[in-house]
Amino acid sequence: MITEASIPRLARGVRLREDAARGRTVVLAPERLFVPDETALAVLALLDGARGAGAVIDMLAAQYDAPRTEIAADVLTMLEELADKGVIVT
Amino acid sequence: MSIDPPLGLLAELTHRCPLRCPYCSNPVELARLAQELDTETWLRVFREAADLGVLQLHLSGGEPTLRRDLPALVRGAAEAGLYTNLITAGVTLDAARVEALAEAGLDHVQLSVQDAEAASADRIGGQAGGHAKKLAAAAAIRAAGLPLTLNAVVHRQNLDRLPALIDLALALGAQRMEVAHVQYYGWALANRDALLPTRAQLDAATAVVDAARAGLKGRLVIDYVVPDYHAERPKACMGGWGRAVMAVSPAGRALPCHAAESLPGFDFPNVRDHGLSAIWEGSEAFNRFRGTAWMTGPCRGCPRAEQDWGGCRCQAFALTGDAAATDPACALSPRHHLLAEAVAEAALAGSGFTYREPGRPPSPRS
Ligand code: SF4
Ligand code: SF4
Repeated sequence: MITEASIPRLARGVRLREDAARGRTVVLAPERLFVPDETALAVLALLDGARGAGAVIDMLAAQYDAPRTEIAADVLTMLEELADKGVIVT
Repeated sequence: MSIDPPLGLLAELTHRCPLRCPYCSNPVELARLAQELDTETWLRVFREAADLGVLQLHLSGGEPTLRRDLPALVRGAAEAGLYTNLITAGVTLDAARVEALAEAGLDHVQLSVQDAEAASADRIGGQAGGHAKKLAAAAAIRAAGLPLTLNAVVHRQNLDRLPALIDLALALGAQRMEVAHVQYYGWALANRDALLPTRAQLDAATAVVDAARAGLKGRLVIDYVVPDYHAERPKACMGGWGRAVMAVSPAGRALPCHAAESLPGFDFPNVRDHGLSAIWEGSEAFNRFRGTAWMTGPCRGCPRAEQDWGGCRCQAFALTGDAAATDPACALSPRHHLLAEAVAEAALAGSGFTYREPGRPPSPRS
């Protein structure tokens, strides 16, 4: 379970990388490649191994000027999905 | 026509290997040490690959850790921005070497095992004590914090131990496991009678994988595909010729598939003489079977042509003598019966191997 207190980070062996040849950002994992959508990308870019999920939600709520509760629900669901795929760990 | 760049580069750093697997995917004519590309050339190839659009680099062989410059190669690849995956048999790795590779920026290790039982594994790999060294290597890989995929190459002589292989993957701390059926060209074709599984074995294995996938969700990801000799449709070999992957042989030959050196009538360009982008886009070898225009027989106009790209060119050549034929793994191929015949023949055959040996290519099958 990921909560606002969790500190998610990219799993070992997972990298977020610019794919200049194809004009996109990709997530590289063992034998796999994901193309994150814009929202997932915004979240992943904020994971630095120190910042908690709550702080990520604060920053995105400010950045998108959106209600915090809405952003919180979206971000926590997305982090849960990324954790299931093994992209992030807490 | 614009050609999409490759996503992956398979760098076969050397053909040298302390093991002698009878299904080795290296060509029967093995490159010698003196023919291998030097460090500088590989580093240039990695930078050119990254510029071309390659994202993932697979460092393979032979046994890639026999290259003393491997940490430098990993560092250079990581600096070029490539995701680095080491494909190793593990018998030459110790904690210090693993640590040096992790520090150089290695992202992931794929470790192969020959069986779950040491005696059988050592017999298949052709080296006494090899299996125990792999277990130690796996522990060193995990201790260095590197993610591990266990690659179990399966065939008639070990497929019944698939449950034990899955247990082994868990015990070694692997997050992923590849259950890879032997592909029959090169050395493996010479050993086909000793390796082809029976249908009953295969069905049991598929059931084991299905149950393990459900039971181990979130703990172990299992990659598994039904082998060609028991399939109705071929696989998109390498994701299609000249579409997703470029392979480079130890001597620098650029290949659309690591087994393609066995195909006659090709002049594969060498990375010593040409840039990667010119090779990928402009060379005759990469264009010959690219797309669908070259297709003949049942492939021509087939609705699946852009899904499986007509299957494997090396298998088509090995079984029909014509590299442009429909892969006989396809039920629509007029030669599809060859596969069932091979399975029936293998069921009656013994279990002796022709081991991989440098300078001693096996006699071709008739
Ligand atoms: S298949 Fe066996 S012999 Fe061939 S490179 Fe791999 S470990 Fe070595
Ligand atoms: S006929 Fe060719 S393209 Fe069609 S399914 Fe068979 S191999 Fe694939």
